[in-house]
Amino acid sequence: MRAVVTVTGTDRRGIIAKVSCFLAERNVNIEDISQTILGDKFAMIMMVDTSESKMDIAQLSKDCEEMGRSIGMSVRIQHEDIFNVMHNV
Amino acid sequence: MFNKFDVLETIDMIEKEHLDIRTVTMGISLLPCIRQNGEETASAVYDTVMKKAENLVKTAEDLSAEYGIPIVNKRVSVTPVSLITAAFPEKSVLVGRALDRAAKELGIDFLGGYSALVHKGTADYEETFIRTIPEVLASTSRLCSSVNVGSSKSGINMDAVRQMGETIVQTANLTKDEDGKGCAKLVVFCNAVEDNPFMAGAFHGVGEADTVINVGVSGPGVVQHALKFIPDADLTTAAETIKRTAFKITRAGQLIATQAAQRLNARFGIVDLSLAPTPARGDSVAHILEELGLEVVGGHGTTACLAMLNDAVKKGGVMASSRVGGLSGAFIPVSEDIGMIESAEAGKITLDKLEAMTCVCSVGLDMIAIPGDTPATTISAIIADEAAIGMVNNKTTAVRVIPAVGKGVGDQVNFGGLLGRAPVMPVHTGDAGKFIRRGGLIPAPIHSFKN
Repeated sequence: MRAVVTVTGTDRRGIIAKVSCFLAERNVNIEDISQTILGDKFAMIMMVDTSESKMDIAQLSKDCEEMGRSIGMSVRIQHEDIFNVMHNV
Repeated sequence: MFNKFDVLETIDMIEKEHLDIRTVTMGISLLPCIRQNGEETASAVYDTVMKKAENLVKTAEDLSAEYGIPIVNKRVSVTPVSLITAAFPEKSVLVGRALDRAAKELGIDFLGGYSALVHKGTADYEETFIRTIPEVLASTSRLCSSVNVGSSKSGINMDAVRQMGETIVQTANLTKDEDGKGCAKLVVFCNAVEDNPFMAGAFHGVGEADTVINVGVSGPGVVQHALKFIPDADLTTAAETIKRTAFKITRAGQLIATQAAQRLNARFGIVDLSLAPTPARGDSVAHILEELGLEVVGGHGTTACLAMLNDAVKKGGVMASSRVGGLSGAFIPVSEDIGMIESAEAGKITLDKLEAMTCVCSVGLDMIAIPGDTPATTISAIIADEAAIGMVNNKTTAVRVIPAVGKGVGDQVNFGGLLGRAPVMPVHTGDAGKFIRRGGLIPAPIHSFKN
């Protein structure tokens, strides 16, 4: 299943490393990655594939939230369809 | 395909603008639960609701985690109970309490359908059923009740209107220790819809399939935020912006509704395209109207502004969903909307203006506290006025007023949570008693004869 990981918050060193490592440990494959910095706000968006992961997305979502708290960022993983339906006719 | 700005827009809507799915409501038919007596029927009703909705809360929580969008309420609506207990109406209380017990055990916040449909006439069993409403609402916490007293096709049943005025007063008295909270769970409708997912007026119509999922979307904060970017645009542009925003919100609702129906082995019913406020700041329909240029909601211009908002929400939403229904439009409950509360506290919005607003939006006089000494006939007259607006304009209207026992204008009632707080608003004191006591049926308007 394809999902979208978003990481937002204040820019700091090591965010990509931390998040990539976290996803790799859970067998989630990163397919695409882009990032934007607006002022001091950092936003990273990753397209990922969770089909090899043994965890379901609800569990991944909880883990992402916890991991985000530990690095002072907001980290979410969401099924890609929520963006597909909201932004395509 | 979407781009990174689309993703960030959705995240902002959820994190900062209160975008959520307001309710996933499972409609359940209770018709197969009718037994020989009240006790057995209540037991069958309890078993059916527990079985059909056993996975409702978990499924909604899973969907919420998967798609990353909050689902605020999980609810159940059932076949109007007056139909289930027609052979033993005095035992309706047992069914009401069984439903309330099921709601608590399922972990849902409200269950609707302690209802009667009497728009063309009140049967004896329905009159008895309606008499049980105050006691049931006083002895339950999650059960909601509604009565349909009129329709565009049949006219207005003024005997039922009279009885509902009395029922509201009795309910207020029996729940006076909680500021008349029982009345917050009681709605009187004209043109009630059979697939409404919102409380307190939800019930599962007899024309519906066995088990159905209806979803109510929300998002006043999202609409207000979108309008902030175009402070000087003309109203055509503003309407377009509202339409686009309503489209996005509704698409999220449609996705959750179809997924929930599939996982719960139920049919997808409808998406209700409503803007439902909460007392939280940033989640107010009144503030959208103020964003459009009103100094304060309730002043002149409010009705026109609301008409535009309501229409744009529908147009954006209809495009986004394969099946729409319910009430669909902007809700204007006084106690559940911080902008309405503040306007009412400042004396800037009156009952008369609210009544005018109900001509152009989706429901009616909603969550309004009125003086505790308001006569039952005056409440009936308020109901009759609203029902007349609904009947003539082919739309749903409703009355959910709360007589604040022992309180008067200037005092406040506070229900807490989503039900909010409201100042007691003045009502007109001219006596309508004779008009209400006449009873009978106000005939349907001439334009209802379409066959």
